[in-house]
Amino acid sequence: MSRETYLNIATLAVLAGVPLWAWMADEPFTITLATRAVIFALAGVGLNLALGLGGLVSLGHAAFFGIGGYAMGILASHAQSYTPLIEVPFVIEGTKSMIVIWLVAILASALAALAIGVLSLRTSGVYFIMITLAFGQMIYYFAISWPAYGGEDGLSIYLRNDFPGVNTLMPMQFFGLCFAILCLVLVGMNLLQKSAFGLALSAARQNETRVLSVGMEPYKLRLVAFVISGAITGLAGALFADLNRFVSPTMLSWQMSGEIMIFIIIGGVGRLFGPVIGAMIFILLEHVLGGLSEFWHVYLGALLLGIVLFAKGGVIGALAGREKAHD
Amino acid sequence: MTPLLFIEQLLNGLQFGVMLFLMSAGLTLVFGVMGLINLAHGSLYMIGAFAAAAVAAATGSFILALMASLAAAALAGALIELTIIRRLYDRDHLDQVLATFALILIFSEGTRWLFGSFPLFLDVPAALAGPVTLPGGIEYPTYRLTIIVIGFLVAAGMFALINRTRIGIRIRAGEADREMIAALGVDIAKLYTFVFALGAALAGFAGALVGAIQSVQVGMGEPVLILAFVVIVIGGIGSIKGAFVGALLVGLTDTMGRFLLPQVFALFMEPSAAVSIGSALASMLIYILMAGVLVMRPRGLYGVS
Amino acid sequence: MTDTVLRVENLFKSFGALRATNDVSLDLRAGEIHALIGPNGAGKSTLIQQITGHLASDSGRVFLMEEDLAGIGPAGRARRGLGRTFQISSLAMEHTVLQNAVLGALGRRGHAMSFFKPVMKDVALLEAAHSALDQVGLAQHGAVRTADLSHGQRRQLEVAVALTLRPKVFLMDEPMAGLGLEGAQQMIGLLTELRNSAPILLIEHDMDAVFALADRISVLVYGEVIATGTPDEIRVNPEIRRAYLGDDVPL
Ligand SMILES: Nc1ncnc2c1ncn2[C@@H]1O[C@H](COP(=O)(O)OP(=O)(O)O)[C@@H](O)[C@H]1O
Ligand SMILES: [Mg+2]
Repeated sequence: MSRETYLNIATLAVLAGVPLWAWMADEPFTITLATRAVIFALAGVGLNLALGLGGLVSLGHAAFFGIGGYAMGILASHAQSYTPLIEVPFVIEGTKSMIVIWLVAILASALAALAIGVLSLRTSGVYFIMITLAFGQMIYYFAISWPAYGGEDGLSIYLRNDFPGVNTLMPMQFFGLCFAILCLVLVGMNLLQKSAFGLALSAARQNETRVLSVGMEPYKLRLVAFVISGAITGLAGALFADLNRFVSPTMLSWQMSGEIMIFIIIGGVGRLFGPVIGAMIFILLEHVLGGLSEFWHVYLGALLLGIVLFAKGGVIGALAGREKAHD
Repeated sequence: MTPLLFIEQLLNGLQFGVMLFLMSAGLTLVFGVMGLINLAHGSLYMIGAFAAAAVAAATGSFILALMASLAAAALAGALIELTIIRRLYDRDHLDQVLATFALILIFSEGTRWLFGSFPLFLDVPAALAGPVTLPGGIEYPTYRLTIIVIGFLVAAGMFALINRTRIGIRIRAGEADREMIAALGVDIAKLYTFVFALGAALAGFAGALVGAIQSVQVGMGEPVLILAFVVIVIGGIGSIKGAFVGALLVGLTDTMGRFLLPQVFALFMEPSAAVSIGSALASMLIYILMAGVLVMRPRGLYGVS
Repeated sequence: MTDTVLRVENLFKSFGALRATNDVSLDLRAGEIHALIGPNGAGKSTLIQQITGHLASDSGRVFLMEEDLAGIGPAGRARRGLGRTFQISSLAMEHTVLQNAVLGALGRRGHAMSFFKPVMKDVALLEAAHSALDQVGLAQHGAVRTADLSHGQRRQLEVAVALTLRPKVFLMDEPMAGLGLEGAQQMIGLLTELRNSAPILLIEHDMDAVFALADRISVLVYGEVIATGTPDEIRVNPEIRRAYLGDDVPL
């Protein structure tokens, strides 16, 4: 096994071990922190598909995170007030079922990613960055000015949603649910990286002309990657909203997009576990530095700057060396 | 809707547009000449506003405040160019995004640390405080009209600088071919610092001017930065003319959309629904405009393909 | 002519005021090597790019097996059977040699929308990739990162990737440039083999190689084809000697 594999296993062990310890020590807040880390990691894994494998620097992924969040908020709030979402042309009721909520979150964010991707993937480079940022902002402002679901104030739900056989109100059980999803997605992402699609997508990142010359369309590859990427981040958004029992336009903000990107950079761009390690470190920093100083973002900024200028591979790059071409 | 109100809104759109131009001009030059995407441009806008507010509070002079905004933003710009930004020219866009995002975090929290979280206020100078009466009997705030005039003057100055002066020739040469200007014996490093500081000064100036209409607070720069991106996508990267046309288009579309759309919806809807749908749609209008331009001309109105 | 595989009619391309190709017409017949020669900057690479669709032509048409390729992008043209190599190697540098070849085989298969099966365990793709690498002499280097290949090996890999596509036509832009004597000999051997599977439009500067390999030669000068003919015809054409080869070139 490679060093990176050991590192990955150690990462998962810590991520599962800390809340287990906290559960036995009866420290529910630590479990919540770990759950946040898991959910952020999931959002980062989604972005990493577009960013790391596909080379698509999307600064608008908060849009999908927030859409996933609102999918939860809207469905659950209708369920708790016993009012249907729409009545014409047919009745759609709200729901408290996590599974349904997840599916809707995935579908809605995939659709949004499709619409944004179709337009923004016509361009590349700085245009792509600016356009994804702009579309993200568009959805943010829409959420703020649309009064039906709380506008600027956001939307609260009283109880966490339901999952068969799980008491989601118990922090440890909800953590387990999120952790299981993260693991599943990581397995899927690992397969995807090694699949025909993964090979073609990363080839398109390295050399678009080459991919064209063997008869494949980089645009299509990227669009599919962008949609899957948005869907995963959207799922993370639904979980995040459920964790907080609250969704607001903050989830859609450009700062959120930046943070999701930071998880990836801290851990290592394009590495399977990059966002996982990055999100864990981010939560740790937020907790430790945030406790020391109200202005902890200054330190975060300095750290980020240091990584970008001097340690490009992130934590995994520093600990496990250059990525091996996998085959 | 009266014609007077309509014209007033048009002027507001124009004023918003010229502000966006001040923001976009520097950004688009930095893209065009150095190939750099600078997210921290909004921080320079904020720095200009804070410098102006601080100096105005200390001296009571609006002119001094404006000069302080120019100087502080240009200085901050030159400083980060010399220490950080120039390391990024040869890096990929991801590195540029991340490093300049890091700068936003540092600048924002640094400013919060210095000035606190409460917004500051910058008063419109007494001489410009009242309304003026325009031909046709339209009353319009003198200060806003002044901003429009200043914006057009700056735009004219930028065109002259780019098209008529030696430095402008070098900037244009730098957009066309970086190696060529090196071959011409131009000190690229100095040219880059100059362009960056110039863009920063314009952003800081915009921040100070707007600071007197809105409030001066941490985080004020980023929404404007993102609008400036929309402007540049519409106008085409590297084009001052594109930035100007794009800025006016965005300014007018946004202002007129917010003004007109609720009224249009009110023609066939109940008033409260018309207002909520109309304003929600209006908030998306400039992005729809951007999408439209993208479909027609992926490189923007004046961009070179 | 029934055995015309590729036909180019009246292609034009200008960059600003510069006419890179100016009314170029030529054809490529089954089984032949058609060499395209001309001084640097004559427009040879531009012509290849226009044929493959990487550059949009100002006007003119390209037919592959009598199908008009107008409106079809580079990927579509590759799928229809245009296999090419680049003047400056164009490969996925972080991938291994084998991965690059598998990428070609994947392109030949026509779709990459398979998300969960490990592509490097796909027997059919691997077979095609290995056989192409074998043919160009890179069989031993499958696991090497492409960025670590020598210049000559990259050239060979480009040919191998084109081979995996099983194209109807090969378009090769200076495949021997910078190869050295031995490498060039190998490449000549390889091209001689390849012509049996598909005709080759070959851009080449090395006149010895051109006259040894080509069935027909077209001479491109300032974007215009000034002559097309057999090596013997070209050799004795006084206009070409003057315009391009220079009178003192011993042929
Ligand atoms: N993308 C381009 N933009 C502008 N000029 C170009 C471009 N590509 C090629 N040229 C010019 O077109 C002419 C033909 O170039 P090329 O086709 O590469 O010639 P060759 O391959 O015969 O050496 C040259 O003068 C070259 O400088
Ligand atoms: Mg050439």
